[in-house]
Amino acid sequence: MSSREVVRLEDIWAHYDSLPVLEGINLSIYQDDFLGIIGPNGGGKTTLLKVILGLVKPVRGRVSVFGDTPEKGRKHIGYVSQHSLFDRNFPANVWDVVIMGRLGKTGPFRNYSKQDREATLRALEAMEILDHKDQQIGKLSGGQQQRAFIARALVTEPELLLLDEPTASVDTPLQTDFYELLGKLKERMAIVLISHDISTISIYVDKIACLNRELYYHSSKELAAEELEAAYQCPVEMIAHGVPHRVLKEH
Amino acid sequence: MLEALQYEFMRNALIAGLLAAVTCGIIGCYVIVKRMVFISGGVSHASFGGIGLGYFLGITPIVGALFFTIAAALGMGLVTRRAKITEDTAIGILWAMGMAVGIIFIGLTPGYPPDLMSYLFGDILIVPPSDIIMMLILAIIIILVVVLLYKEFLALSFDEEFATVVGIPVERLYFLLLILIAFTVVVLIRVVGIILVIALLTIPAATARRFTHDLKKMMLLSILFGGFFTSAGLWLSFELDLASGATIILVSGVTFLASLFLSRLRLMTGVGRG
Repeated sequence: MSSREVVRLEDIWAHYDSLPVLEGINLSIYQDDFLGIIGPNGGGKTTLLKVILGLVKPVRGRVSVFGDTPEKGRKHIGYVSQHSLFDRNFPANVWDVVIMGRLGKTGPFRNYSKQDREATLRALEAMEILDHKDQQIGKLSGGQQQRAFIARALVTEPELLLLDEPTASVDTPLQTDFYELLGKLKERMAIVLISHDISTISIYVDKIACLNRELYYHSSKELAAEELEAAYQCPVEMIAHGVPHRVLKEH
Repeated sequence: MLEALQYEFMRNALIAGLLAAVTCGIIGCYVIVKRMVFISGGVSHASFGGIGLGYFLGITPIVGALFFTIAAALGMGLVTRRAKITEDTAIGILWAMGMAVGIIFIGLTPGYPPDLMSYLFGDILIVPPSDIIMMLILAIIIILVVVLLYKEFLALSFDEEFATVVGIPVERLYFLLLILIAFTVVVLIRVVGIILVIALLTIPAATARRFTHDLKKMMLLSILFGGFFTSAGLWLSFELDLASGATIILVSGVTFLASLFLSRLRLMTGVGRG
């Protein structure tokens, strides 16, 4: 493969409250990947992203992010977490939140620079929420908040975008919009998207992996029915309802 | 009020109240938006250990309180972030331990400390000039640090995880914020006392928050509210001969409840909020 490898996980084991959530994960992410990771709730999807970001230390295995440790390499990553827990009354407007993505570039003891403000303006424009920049973040709709958080990840000028359940708080009609937006972004960066909603994301992503403590992935959009069954621990007819046929390998 | 100001102790009291307003106005906003009310209560009560230590060592109790409060704040920060016990459990334990240390030290000190009550419940009318100088220095440090690290503290308060990912030393900033809270507690002890500190750390900021969604404006408003609460409370306590600390808190609390009531009223009458 000629494409550059941006993340490499080798034999990663991670625990959450001393329970194993990731077991022997091997995964390579390349610079032009648009990868969807599906799997049941509690299957370790968020933990996997946090291992890549250096927020969770694996008990075993090696993580390489842009050829470096996660702590050093993560400056190239834009991260959009499941933000459902933030305080709706928090005193910050959309602009304040989005420009936070520039913190690592500006450094302490000074104000945001002209470049920081321009990058913020561009990201707000790209996410089509420039009109809302002076609104309090908690007063936006779920979909607009989502766009603000993606804008915040984009102003870091990332080469890899990690999205954790990005459509959880977005109404279904707006989800199509959202995926079209990601379709544009994938020209500029690698994207990893995790979701428990197989049927929607399988339409848009280029590659699919399935995670339930163990990872099933073939660097393609195909998964064997047995693998899905193993991951979800139920017959594939129940989970693959509505999954386009090209996702499931013929067997 | 004006004729009262011809007394030096009233002028000192007013200055102390305004310094308290500035510090609690700024730091109280972080306490409210980062939901650190309980840990701040723990820090302020634990400072009693420092008051006791001060008496025991024969130094000014407030100086003992300064060092002890910083240590208590950092200790609570360490335990809540590193130990595998629930945050509020850890705070509850250290809260009581700090006070217990104070009681033991006071017991070990010969005689009964004459102004112990003023540390517990505050007595803005007997603040000595040396304490005012210390309060002024602490207030200046707080303002400087917050001006220099405003955007970092905002990110820390809003989303620690994201702040970590973009490369902010989140844990060190959190400990710095705890130290600033300790400073604020020490400034406020003289005005309202250990037991009532938490009210001045929360009420002005909580009141200000009802009027703005911009953190800077919230801080300024909160300082104004704090200044109003301390001066009005001071004046009332002077006129009616009431305990100053408790009067300041009651003025604050009543104003906060009134602001709640007014916005409820505005909602009911259908007048939109700006």
